[in-house]
Amino acid sequence: MSKPKFKNPVVNWIDYRLPIFTFMNHELNEYPTPKNLNYFWNFGSLAGITLVIMIVTGIVLSMNYTAHIDYAFDSVERIMRDVNHGWLLRYIHMNGASFFFIVVYIHIFRGLYYGSYKAPREILWILGVLILLLMMATAFMGYVLPWGQMSFWGATVITNLFSAIPLVGESIVTWLWGGFSVDNPTLNRFFSLHFVLPFVIVGVVILHLVALHRFGSNNPIGIDVKGKQDTIPFHPYYTIKDLFGLSVFATVFAAAVFFFPNFMGHPDNYIPANPMVTPAHIVPEWYFLPFYAILRAIPDKLGGVLFMFGAIMVLFVLPWLDKSSVRSSQFRPLYKLFFWFLVIDCIALGYLGAMPAEGIYVVLSRLATAYYFFHFLIILPLLPKIESTRPLPVSISTPIITTSSNASTVMAMREKK
Amino acid sequence: MRFSKLVLYFLILFNFFLSKLALSAGKAIEYPDKNWSFSSIFGTFDKASAQRGFQVYKEVCAGCHGMRLISYRNLAALGYNQDELKAIASQFEITDGPNDDGEFFTRPGRTSDKFASPYPNKKAAIAANGGAYPPDLSLIIKARPNGANYLHALLSGYVEPPKNMKVPEGMYYNKFYSGNLIAMPQPLYEDGVEYLDGTKASPDQMAIDVTTFLAWASEPELEERKQLGITVILFLIVFSILSYFSMRQIWAPIKNKN
Amino acid sequence: MTNKNTPDDKNKRDFLQVSTYALGAVGAASFVWPLINQMNPAADTLALASTEVDLEQLEEGQAITVTWRGKPVFIRHRTKEEIASAKDQLLDGLRDPQTDDERVKNEKYIVLVGVCTHLGCVPLGQKSGDVKGEYGGWFCPCHGSHYDHSGRIRKGPAPTNLEIPQYSFLSDTLIKIG
Repeated sequence: MSKPKFKNPVVNWIDYRLPIFTFMNHELNEYPTPKNLNYFWNFGSLAGITLVIMIVTGIVLSMNYTAHIDYAFDSVERIMRDVNHGWLLRYIHMNGASFFFIVVYIHIFRGLYYGSYKAPREILWILGVLILLLMMATAFMGYVLPWGQMSFWGATVITNLFSAIPLVGESIVTWLWGGFSVDNPTLNRFFSLHFVLPFVIVGVVILHLVALHRFGSNNPIGIDVKGKQDTIPFHPYYTIKDLFGLSVFATVFAAAVFFFPNFMGHPDNYIPANPMVTPAHIVPEWYFLPFYAILRAIPDKLGGVLFMFGAIMVLFVLPWLDKSSVRSSQFRPLYKLFFWFLVIDCIALGYLGAMPAEGIYVVLSRLATAYYFFHFLIILPLLPKIESTRPLPVSISTPIITTSSNASTVMAMREKK
Repeated sequence: MRFSKLVLYFLILFNFFLSKLALSAGKAIEYPDKNWSFSSIFGTFDKASAQRGFQVYKEVCAGCHGMRLISYRNLAALGYNQDELKAIASQFEITDGPNDDGEFFTRPGRTSDKFASPYPNKKAAIAANGGAYPPDLSLIIKARPNGANYLHALLSGYVEPPKNMKVPEGMYYNKFYSGNLIAMPQPLYEDGVEYLDGTKASPDQMAIDVTTFLAWASEPELEERKQLGITVILFLIVFSILSYFSMRQIWAPIKNKN
Repeated sequence: MTNKNTPDDKNKRDFLQVSTYALGAVGAASFVWPLINQMNPAADTLALASTEVDLEQLEEGQAITVTWRGKPVFIRHRTKEEIASAKDQLLDGLRDPQTDDERVKNEKYIVLVGVCTHLGCVPLGQKSGDVKGEYGGWFCPCHGSHYDHSGRIRKGPAPTNLEIPQYSFLSDTLIKIG
């Protein structure tokens, strides 16, 4: 790596003045990555690719969409019926939202399982939670745009959450609406924000990557990289692995788009919005159900809203709630157990969010909500005091060397146990 | 690890199904499953049935129900040729305008026109039907859970009410309608239409045909979508296999070192 | 530094990996097509491609402008003199040589897309008070193109004659454009 860095003289000429190629070579090619990452580490790049797919399909949809209460529904149907490949673009965008959340939720739970939020990656984690919040806002506003019944009533219910704020709540809601109900001004501003927020997400994703590349990826063992023997260059090893992951993901995604495009949607959203009639069962999109369950579990309006937002806020301070110095659950038997309890709890909350708020479901929602906060606020801070962690390996390379042939590291760890 | 991974995927999938179940949990009524030709993975629309269904819509439903998202030209997908489409369109009076004198006028339909609406506006439709709005049928199959089976059941669900039940004036008893009281009188009777292709017009046949027609109207892209879907998925499977073996090959030196 | 060289067996590597990347490129390219194609005219736009016009009220020497595909279409009921002048014109010296007979279906009526072939402005000459240019037909005010009674370019920057839309006479006085 002496003077001429690149073979192509034009590239060298540009790079001398604008070191973009050096940057890319450093961050995407040579970038040293732990050699033992498992398939759960695919979901970061998948999330990035899904974001790009959403932005690209979103831009072309916006070329055919009309943000006006009288035309929005019909313009979407025109996309479905008349615009060339319109149905494809719209179904990709519509299902893409669900797949984006699937990918990001798996990405988040991977972080929880392997302790990726711990020092020195706290800011990386916080930026990730910020991306989740922005995604939620974007997804919510996007769902309003087709102006079906669920769009309208979802918008009404969610914006009304802000009315729970004491004193200024009502004024805030009126301000959000630009009127006295969800109406044309609301639709217009939601369209504008739905268009611009994804680019804000891109900005935060770039910061997320800067923070990631400061210390590099965490890994299934959770111990720091000790030297060059622990890492491999990102390209070609992880580029090809990400490509393989992408192809599998794309297959599942395509199956949904082409064969079950409305499976994750709600039939009521094919009825044009009617401000005079509320559908019998208002349910948010599946990715909001756990939060919706928490909202309904609390018998107080303001309390429900606070707990719902609290469920995300608690993630922001997670790095300081879990004080254990061991990252990966592989060496934390108790944490691992509670991690799975949390997964089950979140799924239970998702289920309860879809159920009517009556009878046993209310009780169960309250229990599940209580456990969610109990996990983060009580269990995690207490756990290091009572848990005896298993001995950590000396380095990433060490356990690999002692195992046989081509089984993955993680498999090897499991077998040795 | 593999195991817990599987568990996670399973739970996520399970969550979907649970929430879907939860959505339909509110509706206790079961509709008979008619195994529609278009509901299977490779399924297509039965064009002859859909054409008959269009006839049923035109002669029975269109008096009250509009289909404002569908144009006459769209019917080409059911197998009509251009001349037939022009003939069909010209049977309808379309309000157009304003003309050079600033007035609205009616003219025979063209293929580019949307289906003629039975009422000038929604308020008129409500007023003419005793306060109940006859919903637009363009998207009806997509806009109801289990739409095709639901519609077929609804059309066949007019039976004698239970003895102790009082059916108010202007309402009708239907065993498949939520709440059992529907403002729409029974629309389909034996030989209610005379099919052009000679098929016997039993109420069940008419219900099947009109459902097929409306399913097409809800999802006119269905056949193209499934066809393209098969190509795309085959492509992606081949690509997945290739990239898997490429990955194995690239990773071989790393794995072999151990 | 870790050894980032891939296997020595270059042929085998090339075949598998090159075909993977090639297939990936094909996939990405086919995904781009719908993104581009959605900007082409949609099915409903294409369906609006014909307009019918009744010419019964159109007196000799009058012209009307109708809209077809979002563009103005000029229809002029020509006078005897205009027809004669259009017919007598020799083809020599015309920039885009065409006889008047090639440009009309019924010599009384000339039907033209009213868009200057230079850069798309709408020429003057439909109304009686309009400037009609040196050849009495139409005159484009943007860059000074002069058209004759047959809509042929005679002077100015426009490269070709005014376009004739596809049209047909459904009866003596009813035409269908498109």
